[in-house]
Amino acid sequence: MIEIKDLHKSYRMGSNSLHVLKGINFSVEDGELVAIMGSSGSGKSTLLNILGMLDVADSGSYHLDGVPIKDLSETKAAQYRNKFLGFIFQSFNLINYKNAIENVALPLYYQRIGRKERQEKALKYLERVGLKQWATHLPSELSGGQKQRVAIARAMAAEPKVLLADEPTGALDSTTSYEVMDLIQKINDEGNTILVVTHEEDIAHMCKRIVHLKDGVIVEDKMVEQVRAAQYVQ
Amino acid sequence: MKQLFDRDTWIEIFQSIRKNRLRTFLTMIGVFIGIYIYIGLSGAANGLQNGFEREFKTIARNSMFVWAQQTSMPYSGFKTGRQIQLKLSDAETLKKQIPEIEAIAPRNVQGIFGSNPGVITRGLKSGNYSVFGDFPEFTKIATKRIYDGGRFINDEDIEQERKVCVIGERTQKELFDDEENPIGGYIEIDGVNFQVVGVHKFAGGGPFDNDSDIFIPFTTFRKLYNTGENVSWFTIAAYDDANVIEVEKDIKATLRRIHQTHPQDEKAIGSFNLGEMFNKIFGFSDGLIFLSLVVGIATILAGVIGIGNILLISVKERTKELGVRRALGATPGEVRNQIIIEALVLTLLAGIIGIILGAATLKLIDSLTGGGDFPYTNPTVPIPYVLGSLMLMIILGILIGLIPAQRAVSIRPIDALREE
Ligand SMILES: Nc1ncnc2c1ncn2[C@@H]1O[C@H](COP(=O)(O)OP(=O)(O)OP(=O)(O)O)[C@@H](O)[C@H]1O
Ligand SMILES: [Mg+2]
Repeated sequence: MIEIKDLHKSYRMGSNSLHVLKGINFSVEDGELVAIMGSSGSGKSTLLNILGMLDVADSGSYHLDGVPIKDLSETKAAQYRNKFLGFIFQSFNLINYKNAIENVALPLYYQRIGRKERQEKALKYLERVGLKQWATHLPSELSGGQKQRVAIARAMAAEPKVLLADEPTGALDSTTSYEVMDLIQKINDEGNTILVVTHEEDIAHMCKRIVHLKDGVIVEDKMVEQVRAAQYVQ
Repeated sequence: MKQLFDRDTWIEIFQSIRKNRLRTFLTMIGVFIGIYIYIGLSGAANGLQNGFEREFKTIARNSMFVWAQQTSMPYSGFKTGRQIQLKLSDAETLKKQIPEIEAIAPRNVQGIFGSNPGVITRGLKSGNYSVFGDFPEFTKIATKRIYDGGRFINDEDIEQERKVCVIGERTQKELFDDEENPIGGYIEIDGVNFQVVGVHKFAGGGPFDNDSDIFIPFTTFRKLYNTGENVSWFTIAAYDDANVIEVEKDIKATLRRIHQTHPQDEKAIGSFNLGEMFNKIFGFSDGLIFLSLVVGIATILAGVIGIGNILLISVKERTKELGVRRALGATPGEVRNQIIIEALVLTLLAGIIGIILGAATLKLIDSLTGGGDFPYTNPTVPIPYVLGSLMLMIILGILIGLIPAQRAVSIRPIDALREE
C-alpha cells in the first residue's frame, strides 16, 4: 500500500539547514495498523505530512497503492488527498461553524458527490462512530473525544485507502484515548490501513506494528501483540 | 464557471457569510453607504429638476420680462430720474432687430403695480380682479389651459377691439352659479359689458398664475383705460438655442436706444430673466447629480477596498480552516473561487440593500413633500444608472476578491495546518 525508499527531507532556515529525515525506507501493507514513535523533533510529523502529500520530500521515492507520488501540482495533490487519504489531527481541526454532519460531509463535497448521497453517507459514518444523535451539534457543543470521533468519521467518509493520524489521542485523557483507539482498532479490523503517530507506549501497543524514529532514521521496526482497547472501555 | 452554478457552492458561501456575521456586516457597510448616498443624492437632484420642470411647465423656459423704470443718468439733455414709458411700437422694433426673439407679448394690467383693480360685476355679485390687456402671442410664451368650449384672445378680438374676456376659475366660481355655463355669459368690467369666451384653468403652484386673473384684448384694454400706445411690460420668449443672457442684454440695449437713455444706464430698463434662473437651477441640479456620482463612486470604491481588506483579514483568521479544506481535498482553484464569490456576494448584497433602501428613502421623501409647494417631484434614478452601478460593483467585487483569494491559495496547506 505504502512504499517509500531513501526518503530525505531537510528544512532550510536562513543559512542553516536542518536535516530531519535522513533516508527512510519503509513499507506498509494493506490492512496494517502502524504506530510511529520517537522523541519530540524526531521527524514523525514530517514523515506523516509527506505521506499525506501535504509536504514533499527532497529526494527518494514514494508510491501509494502503486501510484508514484512525485512532482504533483497543488491541484493534483488535493485530488489525491481527497481520494486516497483520510487525516486525523491532534487538535481535531473541525470547522467550527459547521455542525457534525456537515463536517463529515465536507470531503464528499470536494468529491462532487450529490447533496443527498453526501448526507446519507455522512450520517452513516457518524453512526459508525456512535454520534448519530449529535449530527446537528456544532463542534463547540461536543467533548474532546466526541470531536475526535467526528474527525475520524470525516476521515473515513471519503473511503480513503489510508488513514493518517498525527497524535489522535494527544489532546485527550486516557479513558477517552482508549475509546478513540477502540474505534481505530475496529476500523482497522474491517481492513483499513492506518498509521498512528504517538508518544505514548500504551497507545503504540494498541497497534500491530511499531516503528521507531530517531535522528531521522528508523531505528526499530517490530510487530507487536495488539492490546485491545475495548477492555479499558466501559 | 461550473462552480458558480453549483448549489453547494452557494450553500458553502452563505454558510460562511452567515457564520461570520460581524465580518459580513462590517464588510458590507462601506459599499452600502456608497450606493445609498449615490441613489439618495442623485434621486434628490432628479426630483428637484423634475419639480422645477413641473412648477414652470406653463411658461417657456427661456423667457423673460422687461419693463421700464426711471433713468439714473442724465443723457442728451434729459435730466436723471426721468420715467421711461414702453410703447407698443417697441415690440416691432425689438422683433425686427433681435432675431433670437421667438415671441414678444406686450402686456398691460389694471390691478397690480399700484393701479386699481377692475371692478367686476354680474347682476348682484361683484368683486375686484386684476385685468390684463393681452395679445394672442402671450399664450406662445405662457400657456394658459383653457377649459373645453372656451378659447383665449384671438387676432380678430384685437382687430375689432371686441369686448370679450377670459376669466379665471375662481372668478367663475364667484360670479356664476355652479351649473351655469359661463361661456357666452356677460360680466361688467368697470362698467362695460364683456362677453366671456373662455375660463382658464388654475395650474397650481406656479408663481405666474392666479386663478382670478381676467384677460381682455390689448386693444380693448387701451380704449377702456385710456392707455394709448403705452405698454406696462413685455413678456418675451427667445428661441430654445439662444443664449438668454445675451438676448436680454440686446433687448435692454435696444430699448435704451429707442427711449434715449444713457447706454450704460442699467436702471432705466428693468428685467427678470426666467431663462437665466432656469439655467442656474438646472446647473445646480446637474452639479448635484454629478457630485452624487463622484461621491457615490468614491464611497463604493472605498467600501469595496474595505471588503477586500476585511476579507484579507478573514483569510488570515481562516487560515486553519482553509488548510483543513485543502487537506480534505479542496483544490486551490476551488478555494480561490470561493473567496472571490464571497467578495462578489458581499459587494452585491450590500449594493442591492443600498439601492433598495435608497429608493425607499426617496419614496418616503417624495410622499412627505408630495403635493406641497416645494418643487420636488418624482425623485428617481434612471435604471441604466442603477444597472451601471451594479455592474461597477460586480467588477470591483471580483477584482478586490482576487487579492484575498490569491493570499488564501498562496498559503501552503501544511503551513496553514501548523498554525495555532
Ligand atoms: N516547517 C518547518 N520549518 C523548519 N523546521 C521545521 C519545520 N517543520 C518541522 N521542523 C523541524 O523539524 C524537526 C522535526 O519536526 P516534526 O514536527 O516532524 O517532529 P515530531 O517528531 O513530529 O515532533 P513532535 O513529537 O514534537 O510532534 C523539528 O526539529 C522541527 O523543529
Ligand atoms: Mg509531531
